[in-house]
Amino acid sequence: MALDLSVENVTKTFGDFTAVNEVSFAVEQGRFFSILGPSGCGKTTLLRMIAGFIEPTAGRILIRGNDMANLPPNRRPVNLIFQHLALFPMMNVAQNIAFGLQRRKEKKPEIDRKVADILERVGLPGFGNKKIDQLSGGQKQRVAIARCLVLDPAVLLLDEPLGALDLKLREQMKVELKKLQAQVGTTFIYITHDQSEALVMSDHVAVMNNGRFEQVDTPRKLYAHPKTPFVARFVGDNNAWKGIVADHREDLCTIETTDGQIFTAGAAPDLPSGTPVAFFIRPEAIIIAPDAGLDDFNRLPVVIKSILFDGANSRLLATPVDGEKELMIALPQNRQYDHLNAGDRVDIGWSARSASCFKAS
Amino acid sequence: MIRSLPNTRSYTLGFKLYVALFFVFLFAPLFVTCVLAFNDSQFPALPWKGFTLEWFTADLPERVGIFHDSLNLSAIQVSFKVAFWVSIFSTLVGTCGAFLFEQENFRFKQALYFLMLAPLVVPGVILGISILLFANTLGMFFENTLSMDVPLFRPGFWLVVLGQFSFISTLVTLVVSARLKKFDRSLEEAALNLGATRLQVIWHITLKFLRPAIIGAFAVAFLMSFENFNTTLFLVGSQTTLPITLYLQVRDGSTPVINAVSFLLIVGTSLLAVINLSFSRKKE
Amino acid sequence: MNAARARITLPFLIFVTPVLMWLFLLIVLPHIDLLLMSFRIEDDAGATVWSLVNYLNFFDEPVYWRTFTRTAVYAILTTMITFAVSLPVAFYITKVVSPRFSGFLSLLLLMPFWVSELVRVYGWMILLRESGVINHFLLKAGLLQRPVEMLYNDVTMVMGLVYTSMLFMVVPLISVLESLDDSLIEAAYDLGGNVFSIVTRIIIPHAMPGIVSGGIVVFMLTLGNYLTPNLIGGKNSLWFTEQIYNQFIASFNWNQGAAFGFLLLILSSSIIWIGLKLTRQKLSQVVQ
Repeated sequence: MALDLSVENVTKTFGDFTAVNEVSFAVEQGRFFSILGPSGCGKTTLLRMIAGFIEPTAGRILIRGNDMANLPPNRRPVNLIFQHLALFPMMNVAQNIAFGLQRRKEKKPEIDRKVADILERVGLPGFGNKKIDQLSGGQKQRVAIARCLVLDPAVLLLDEPLGALDLKLREQMKVELKKLQAQVGTTFIYITHDQSEALVMSDHVAVMNNGRFEQVDTPRKLYAHPKTPFVARFVGDNNAWKGIVADHREDLCTIETTDGQIFTAGAAPDLPSGTPVAFFIRPEAIIIAPDAGLDDFNRLPVVIKSILFDGANSRLLATPVDGEKELMIALPQNRQYDHLNAGDRVDIGWSARSASCFKAS
Repeated sequence: MIRSLPNTRSYTLGFKLYVALFFVFLFAPLFVTCVLAFNDSQFPALPWKGFTLEWFTADLPERVGIFHDSLNLSAIQVSFKVAFWVSIFSTLVGTCGAFLFEQENFRFKQALYFLMLAPLVVPGVILGISILLFANTLGMFFENTLSMDVPLFRPGFWLVVLGQFSFISTLVTLVVSARLKKFDRSLEEAALNLGATRLQVIWHITLKFLRPAIIGAFAVAFLMSFENFNTTLFLVGSQTTLPITLYLQVRDGSTPVINAVSFLLIVGTSLLAVINLSFSRKKE
Repeated sequence: MNAARARITLPFLIFVTPVLMWLFLLIVLPHIDLLLMSFRIEDDAGATVWSLVNYLNFFDEPVYWRTFTRTAVYAILTTMITFAVSLPVAFYITKVVSPRFSGFLSLLLLMPFWVSELVRVYGWMILLRESGVINHFLLKAGLLQRPVEMLYNDVTMVMGLVYTSMLFMVVPLISVLESLDDSLIEAAYDLGGNVFSIVTRIIIPHAMPGIVSGGIVVFMLTLGNYLTPNLIGGKNSLWFTEQIYNQFIASFNWNQGAAFGFLLLILSSSIIWIGLKLTRQKLSQVVQ
């Protein structure tokens, strides 16, 4: 399949600071690609280099096979949805959308037709004469998208556009954006620090940290098989433990933690005995009062410190009976565990293969 | 202490009295000037001898109203013309200055910025004499070496315009800069991203955004020019502006015609100020 | 973004050309010319030669340097009085009066500012002179037996100077006090502060940029004022700008006038500079 965007070994330094470090990736036509990372990881710099507001220090950016080097932003076939949308307050909705078409010197009737058409497609028919400040947050969002899509860009860049919305609207817009992308078929590059946005909408997600890509994968694989400790920590919640590999057996290893617990965990084969490791287990992978007789299964008696009730997202906060380590354990709200109280002792456990294990850095 | 805290009666009352006195102090001279413009007396003084409009309309041997006073009328005309050109030039150049100092980066920017601020701390009298001297030097140079007589370099209309322009441009730059600082640069980036060139961005987006500030700065420049005295004093030629004409009359004794002119000035500038203010309020 | 802007672009040229022309042709070169002129005199043969005479005259002739000192002292005094008068008014408008009126009051405050200084000075003249309105009322009320000349003395002159430049102090004070969070004053009050300690520890430190910028403008306008001292401050050229005017217009000795102008420029810049240093402010921040 054709590549809409390929980024090859792109680096950007500001003085001594390296914002983007040797990043390479390619996005196929029509994909929803997200770049997920904490603030300051370099994702905005990367996006602005693709848009042309910043020139890379090294490396190439190709859009549909054309090198973008030294091409100013107004001549690149990409459009950007700004974090705060940057709708022009001095123009109405139709004028905003027509702005790019007018710059291309298209004919007036053609512009009018395209504007009406795109407004229809983003679900705002007849909104052309409205002023920007008459629109709701979600409508502004859609006008910003329409303003870019009307130019039929090769790639649409989105710079955390949902960040400014309130929680309810954000949930709703996630679904809408995903649907809209599937409908128009334009390649979307979406940057965000919100893992849920990235996981819900994307075909592929790149997790970025300190200017580098840690892992590029489908959301499901990213969640189930993080390749680096950073990804394991950043995507989803995780309980983290430090320890040393005590024994190695096929794809499993035995780990002795610093506080003296012994666990088995799924591991890469390059972890010989004695290697210091970090291992991670997700709160929802921990089973409360597990059945007896499961294979490759870790068991641990714990004392419940407190119950953190948060609806479907409720947790137990517990420590091992003979340890200090605090553990987060998912607490399903199916009434099965209603009898649990702070101070109770309870057995927990998890399948060895649901934990992931990395060489400690 | 402040409105949200409990205050003693004497504190509130004392404060009110002080502010009331302040406003009396502020408006007393203007009020008296206006009232005496309508006094049916040969002198701008009390006692009140009855209401009359003659200081505006009369054309009698002993009483010439402002509407027939050719000296003051032509001074008003000159002032209008000067103010018109000064505000056009200073708005154009001041807006360029605002863009230059807010949106461009170049070497010696800091030094040039301080130079731009200089007219704020240079007394107007000195601006006046230095421009007079420099114009004279240039004039002599042209006359001696090229045998050309350039009227621009002699005290007169255009030298007054240049002198006022030299410091009013600083004010315009500051007013427009203040608005430009509030401009969201991402709007500009969005327009670039949608295919506009930098000049198109400035024309379609930035200048539209600045329009209220530019109109406001134009009005301020107009008023500043209209009432300028210090710089103008050294640069006027035969065509004197209104403040200079009035000064010469006040210095040598006064008639209620001056009150009538003052009344018109007070009403006119207040109207312009109110229009300008309500206009900028509405835009924001 | 910065790298792209460092190149010389068409917009940059459009902006920089008129600004450079303005600043160099109307500010820099005239002041250089002023400086050069002040070091030249016409000798007996009518040729111009370099000389320090213009500056020596200033120190030899007591009336010159006395006027100079007098002007400086009165300008500083005027600035201080203006501040003392303006602060309570700015505070009242921003913090005490109900918000419904504060907009109206600040608008009202600005009104006289738009009117020509000459009109305002003229207003004071018809109020205060021997045949003026105040004398008329005092005589009618029987408080005076015969009219008193209230013009042409230093007290009236300082009052007139305060009046003329007051608005340039009130406006920055209002804008700086508007940015002062009410809850800071409330917190100080809650922690046991009284009016004096709140004014000196909270309000004045916060208002410092406004005070300095108002102070600079008032000082500069007062120092360079001509109308007010000339019309209501006595008849014998006791303000330094009047000396400059005399040299230029009456004596037609432009070189002497240039030297005086330059001295006044040095005076105003150095006092502004000292003021900025003492209050630890920067000019570029103050003009905001």
